[in-house]
Amino acid sequence: MTYIAKPKFQHPGIKKNALGYSHRDYEGKISTLCAGCGHDSITASIIEACFELSIEPHRVAKISGIGCSSKTPDYFLGNSHGFNTVHGRMPSVLTGANLANRELIYLGVSGDGDSASIGFGQFAHAIRRGVNMTYIVENNGVYGLTKGQFSATADRGSKSKKGVTNTDNPIDLVGIALQLGATYVARSFSGDKKQLVPIIEGAIRHKGAAFIDVISPCIAFNNHAGSTKSFDYVREHNDAVNRLDVLTGRDPIEIDQDPGTVQIVEQHDGSRLALRKLDADYDPHDRLGAMTFLQKHSAQGQIVTGLLYVDPEADDLHSHLNTVERPLNRLEAADLCPGQSVLDKINASLR
Amino acid sequence: MSQQAPLSSVNDFVVRFANVNGSGSASANELFARAVLRHGVPVSPRNIFPSNIQGLPTWYEVRVTEAGHLGARGGGTDLMVAMNPQTWDKDVAGIVPGGYLFYDSTKPMPSTKFREDVNVIGVPLTAITNSTYSDPRQRQLFKNIIYLGALSALLEMDPKLIEQLIGEQYKGKEKLLSSNVHALHLGRDWALQNLKCPIGLRIRKADKVGDRIFLEGNNAAALGAVYGGATVCAWYPITPSSSVAEAFTNHCKKLRHDPETGQAKYAIVQAEDELASIGMVVGASWNGARAFTTTSGPGVSLMTEFIGLSYFAEIPAVIMNVQRAGPSTGMPTRTQQCDLIACGYASHGDTKHVMLFPEDPAEAFEFAAASFDLAERLQTTVFLMLDLDIGMNQRLCRPLKWDDARQYDRGKVMTAEMLDEGRDFGRYLDVDGDGIPFRTLPGTHPTKGSYFTRGTSRDRYARYSEEGAVYADNVQRLLRKFQTAQDMVPRPLQANAAKPTKYGVIYFGSTAPAMDEAIELLEARGHQLDRLRIRAFPFHSSVASFVAEHDFVYVVEQNRDAQLRQLIVTENGIDPVRLVPILHYDGTPITARFIAEAIGTHQDQIKVTPLRKAVS
Repeated sequence: MTYIAKPKFQHPGIKKNALGYSHRDYEGKISTLCAGCGHDSITASIIEACFELSIEPHRVAKISGIGCSSKTPDYFLGNSHGFNTVHGRMPSVLTGANLANRELIYLGVSGDGDSASIGFGQFAHAIRRGVNMTYIVENNGVYGLTKGQFSATADRGSKSKKGVTNTDNPIDLVGIALQLGATYVARSFSGDKKQLVPIIEGAIRHKGAAFIDVISPCIAFNNHAGSTKSFDYVREHNDAVNRLDVLTGRDPIEIDQDPGTVQIVEQHDGSRLALRKLDADYDPHDRLGAMTFLQKHSAQGQIVTGLLYVDPEADDLHSHLNTVERPLNRLEAADLCPGQSVLDKINASLR
Repeated sequence: MSQQAPLSSVNDFVVRFANVNGSGSASANELFARAVLRHGVPVSPRNIFPSNIQGLPTWYEVRVTEAGHLGARGGGTDLMVAMNPQTWDKDVAGIVPGGYLFYDSTKPMPSTKFREDVNVIGVPLTAITNSTYSDPRQRQLFKNIIYLGALSALLEMDPKLIEQLIGEQYKGKEKLLSSNVHALHLGRDWALQNLKCPIGLRIRKADKVGDRIFLEGNNAAALGAVYGGATVCAWYPITPSSSVAEAFTNHCKKLRHDPETGQAKYAIVQAEDELASIGMVVGASWNGARAFTTTSGPGVSLMTEFIGLSYFAEIPAVIMNVQRAGPSTGMPTRTQQCDLIACGYASHGDTKHVMLFPEDPAEAFEFAAASFDLAERLQTTVFLMLDLDIGMNQRLCRPLKWDDARQYDRGKVMTAEMLDEGRDFGRYLDVDGDGIPFRTLPGTHPTKGSYFTRGTSRDRYARYSEEGAVYADNVQRLLRKFQTAQDMVPRPLQANAAKPTKYGVIYFGSTAPAMDEAIELLEARGHQLDRLRIRAFPFHSSVASFVAEHDFVYVVEQNRDAQLRQLIVTENGIDPVRLVPILHYDGTPITARFIAEAIGTHQDQIKVTPLRKAVS
């Protein structure tokens, strides 16, 4: 079904961004996911974020693993190259792609099965290498495509649609990402586009490993009473610590709230994050504090959302490896091959 | 003393050094091998070592061979340098009758520890080192140089050539240089004063080395990757392949930094496992960089899902597989050619992959560079099939060559200009009839040429499809592409016997030097054989015709299950009876003696009772 293309028709008065693109230019094929799927809301938020940032769609590489979430890159940025890779292995493919061309924007889309179970190792290592990427996990706590088995992010004690109680402890990907040194860590809820869109924008503008855990209820297999990833449950237990606005270019900072509750964070590329504090005690620059805060609130059954941690001076894998500015995929024989004269010297040293 | 006449040979014998792992003997032993080379006499050294770091036995065997036979000789040791008490009994037992035993005679040994038919040469190495050096580390290291000095006297070597080598090694480090030369003469002088020099085995200057160079296959393959334009290397440590990635790192440090900014024109990542290393290679290649990984059998097993993706989604990937004895952990430090089936057909579903079989470091260099052209031209995985014998041993081979006019073949990549010209872009559209479609790289064009890469079935325009006809159309094209590869990969090399013969032999890779020598042995026994050295898979049509032209063809390989033979039979539909397997698989390198004996015996049987000619 994913070959169904959307009609190209655009309303002449449709809103355009700085590049002259409309929302339609950031869309992809028609989603084949279930009606009401949280993932489709995330897709919409990604489209909105890319539109708002006026990104050239073809300068984004969309890379995913396998699963419902990993199908979604086909539904946004139709003019971008996408790569639906191997189950749990998006992070390594993205890392390699990033090494080949540092100039593109890398958007990794994964799910909780893809990143917390089969790909837990790759998730961890891409984060600890500091790959410059936006890594989004569309987290619904179940395996949708194989019809509703628990995933590793399902909370202990939560019930499956068939009534089975999960007895395993959950993996909190946000907590792990913080521990492994991700330099931009956020959690959001697919049903809260207002919160999610700027979080994605901030991540795209972040130079370093940005990780976003998006709770995304599975309408088919995990939206019932007893689930801790249902729309109702997440709405009731959502504890947002801040609200974010991403300011790019020379936009004046307009804050309609008490300035004491707003924090401006300037990122490496000049973009500014305006954080409206909802929890007065929360400091998004304090990695340790964030981890403690998360643990404490998790124990109380609350799902902490918002921009949880950011290091605006982050560096990335390319800076660790000290690679040339020119993308490696554009280097040619003249740049790479030392030629016969060097080989003559090597030969001479081997006699 | 010896009842057996002492062995007597000039420039044709085997010396084996028995050492303790981690005792610093390796550099002294290598110095010995290089010193023989400086006499103009070819050598073929082999490291024989366990999967261990320190304390366990390790051997270094040097075949001195003026005739230039670079395969392992087998059949025991002519001169044993027994420096490891742990392996004494086994080492002494391995000496051929009339051979020599060189040992540290500082402590007296009971006569039962020796053999009647072996000539014993005792040098009080520990006593000499202890009276000269006080530092324990120096005692350990210089002991090795002292035995080298003694050997130089016993074998009548020119000490100046050894000094010259030491001088090159410690250039600019005068203190180390002079102390090493001093140690060399300590041993040499002691031997000259106290022993009958020379013994029956001698090194005499010859002119048989020429301009050949001496290096390991892994190092050569790494250099091939540098010359072949690899910019991304992702790998996971595994014996015997780790030294490829390490050598690539060293070469890049010297050759691939921008002189102005100091920045690197490469990226090397030690991945968390082989799944990640091949994933990075696939990601980088998808995005247009030349990328490779280096591994061995267990790593290939882990990579197979990605290899299938590379095949089906048509993404270039270069995998250097330095083979070791399997299955499972097998014998990690022993050699075999045992991954042909695992690599040739890696992954689930119908898959076939290109494999290149270099015979020595020079070919490892050439094929490594070529593998990137092939991978990008064919948009698929290319395996460079090394093995431990080529990879981790220094081998004498022709000097490395590069044509400075050579450009990289980046394959069929559709550019923004081509898209703007209105070229029809179908990612899986066979526009040229060779089965190879065009690809675009991410970020090429704002509105044209993007597509969704996936491991699922799709049509010629990369649109998802589970239609049977669409699927079949695609996999048939992949087969067509594989046929195209036949004429792109290195061709087999044929060498015919002096007289017409009904018998042939097929072999590949590290078997080559032993095979060349075996042909001489077989000719001496009156057996004529035509030879075909296969250098790549898929097989060129000349493989099938070679088999057709002979009654029997021996297929010589270093594995139990005759994997090359299986591939030839399967891919060419050849009657298996025509192909006689000659198999060596104990983890030691195959020898000419083994091949000649196996083929000779079979030939003798044919001549005694003629078999009814096989119907083909």
